[in-house]
Amino acid sequence: MAEVLLPRKMEIANDPSKFGSPDPLHVLAVDDSHVDRKFIERLLRVSSCKVTVVDSATRALQYLGLGVEEKSVGFEDLKVNLIMTDYSMPGMTGYELLKKIKESSAFRQVPVVIMSSENILPRIDRCLEEGAEDFLLKPVKLSDVKRLRDSLMKVEDLSFTKSIQKRELETENAYPVHSQLKRAKI
Amino acid sequence: MDALIAQLQRQFRDYTISLYQQGFLDDQFTELKKLQDDGSPDFVAEVLTLFFEDCVKLISNMARALDKTTGAVDFSQVGASVHQLKGSSSSVGAKRVKALCVSFKEYCEAKNYEGCVRCLQQVDIEYKALKTKLQDMFNLEKQIIQAGGIVPQVDIN
Repeated sequence: MAEVLLPRKMEIANDPSKFGSPDPLHVLAVDDSHVDRKFIERLLRVSSCKVTVVDSATRALQYLGLGVEEKSVGFEDLKVNLIMTDYSMPGMTGYELLKKIKESSAFRQVPVVIMSSENILPRIDRCLEEGAEDFLLKPVKLSDVKRLRDSLMKVEDLSFTKSIQKRELETENAYPVHSQLKRAKI
Repeated sequence: MDALIAQLQRQFRDYTISLYQQGFLDDQFTELKKLQDDGSPDFVAEVLTLFFEDCVKLISNMARALDKTTGAVDFSQVGASVHQLKGSSSSVGAKRVKALCVSFKEYCEAKNYEGCVRCLQQVDIEYKALKTKLQDMFNLEKQIIQAGGIVPQVDIN
C-alpha cells in the first residue's frame, strides 16, 4: 500500500483579487413607485451591485442616450450590465422600454429583466418573446437578485474564468492524479 | 439598567409578534428588516415613510376620482390608484392594507360605487392604524437603544 503523493494544486483564485477583482455589476433600475425604487436599490446594493435608479422608461432612455434628443457624446463609456424594469408604468411601459432597448445597437445585448406584481402568463410570454432575460414577480426576492448577479458575473467574467480553467488543466497534466491513484491500488 | 433593557426588549418582542399575529404585517416586512444593517440602520423606517406618503397621495386620488359632484365616476382611474397602493403595500408587508386593496380592486372592476366608497373609508382607517402601530414599535426600538441595549431579532415562527 504505497502512499500516494497528491499533487499540490496551484493556489488559484479562491482569492480572485490576485488577478484583479472584476468591477461590480452596474444595474439600471426603472420603477414609477417610490417604495419599489427604494426597495430594489437596497436589494441591489446588498448584492454588491452599482445601482442607478430612475422613475420612468423615458428617463431610462434618456440615461442611456436613446432619448428623443439624441446625444451621441459621452455614452460610449456608459457600462450597464443589467436593466431591471417594472412592467406597469404610466406613459411608456416596461414592455415598450424592453422593445426600444432591443432595437438599439448600443444596448440590445444588455439583459433586461421585467418585474411585475401580476402573474399574467400572456404578459410573461410576450416579454420573453421580445427578448427579456427573466420575468420576476414582485415583491422581488434577494435570492432573485443574487441569482441574476451570479449568472451575469459568470458571463462578464468569462475570460477570467477561462484562464482559471486553463491553469487548472495545466496543473492536472503536470501531475496526473488518476494514474498515480491507480498505481497505488496494489 | 440591565433590567430595564431586558424589560424593553421583552416588550418590543411581544409587540412585534402581536403585529404579525393580528395580521398587520407579513413576511415581506421580515424581508425588509433583513436588509437593514449598521450601514443602513434606518432603511425600514425610510421605506415605511415613503409607503405612508403613498397612502396619503393615492387615497386622495381615489377620493377625487370617486367624487360624483365633478361628474361621472371614472372607475378605471380609481382602479389605477388602488393597483398602485396594492403594489406598495405588498412591497412593505402591510398585510391588511394589501388585502383591502384586493377587494377594492374587485369593486372597481364591478363599477360598484358603494363598495368602492366603503373600501376607501376602510383603507384610510387601516393605513392610519398601521402607522400608529409602527410608530409605537419604532419608539420601543429607540428606547432600547437609548437605554444602551440592542434591538433583538424577533423570530416570528
